[in-house]
Amino acid sequence: MISILDIVSWVSLIAGSIFCIIGATGLLRMPDFWTRTHAAGVTDTMGAGLILVGLMFQAGLSLVAVKLVMILVFLYIAGPTAGHALYRAAHGYGVPMGESTVGIRSPEGGDDDSH
Amino acid sequence: MFQVAMLGILVTMLIALIAAVRGPTVFDRILAINMFGTKTVLLIAVSGFLTGRPEWLDLALVYALVNFIGSIAVLKFVRFGNLARDDEGSAS
Repeated sequence: MISILDIVSWVSLIAGSIFCIIGATGLLRMPDFWTRTHAAGVTDTMGAGLILVGLMFQAGLSLVAVKLVMILVFLYIAGPTAGHALYRAAHGYGVPMGESTVGIRSPEGGDDDSH
Repeated sequence: MFQVAMLGILVTMLIALIAAVRGPTVFDRILAINMFGTKTVLLIAVSGFLTGRPEWLDLALVYALVNFIGSIAVLKFVRFGNLARDDEGSAS
């Protein structure tokens, strides 16, 4: 009695929830701001995308699916834009890198772009 | 299954709030609050399907717009200390 669409929808919803929790855990555990941004990016793309696609499979071909597509397109445009503004502001402010991140780069020497 | 997705989103929002309270710089807090707003959009969408009223997707769309404008406004306020400046040249 369970259709293929339901199974695909549930798998997408659960995978999206797992990606959200993974990203939030990274937000807590990463050492400095520049690595935390990667963790936040996971939840914005994979988490939101998979959950909205799972809801689209539940909605079928209707106006609700069109609204979900609009939310998805707007999130995919606005998320990186706000993120880029945030990283640019943090870069201009001079947020320091963590000790472990700097320590990985230091043996190379020279090429240091952490202005 | 909507309950499972809702639980995952709520756990994510709780962890984002903890990160926002704990973040050492203001940019960590903005990052966590931006993520919290995105998860609020997802929570409204999933709860609309959970209660059988997908019309709440309009609220989710409006919240996505407001969240984006709010993030940019807070960033501009942090950068310039004033929301009325028009360009970067006249700032600092």
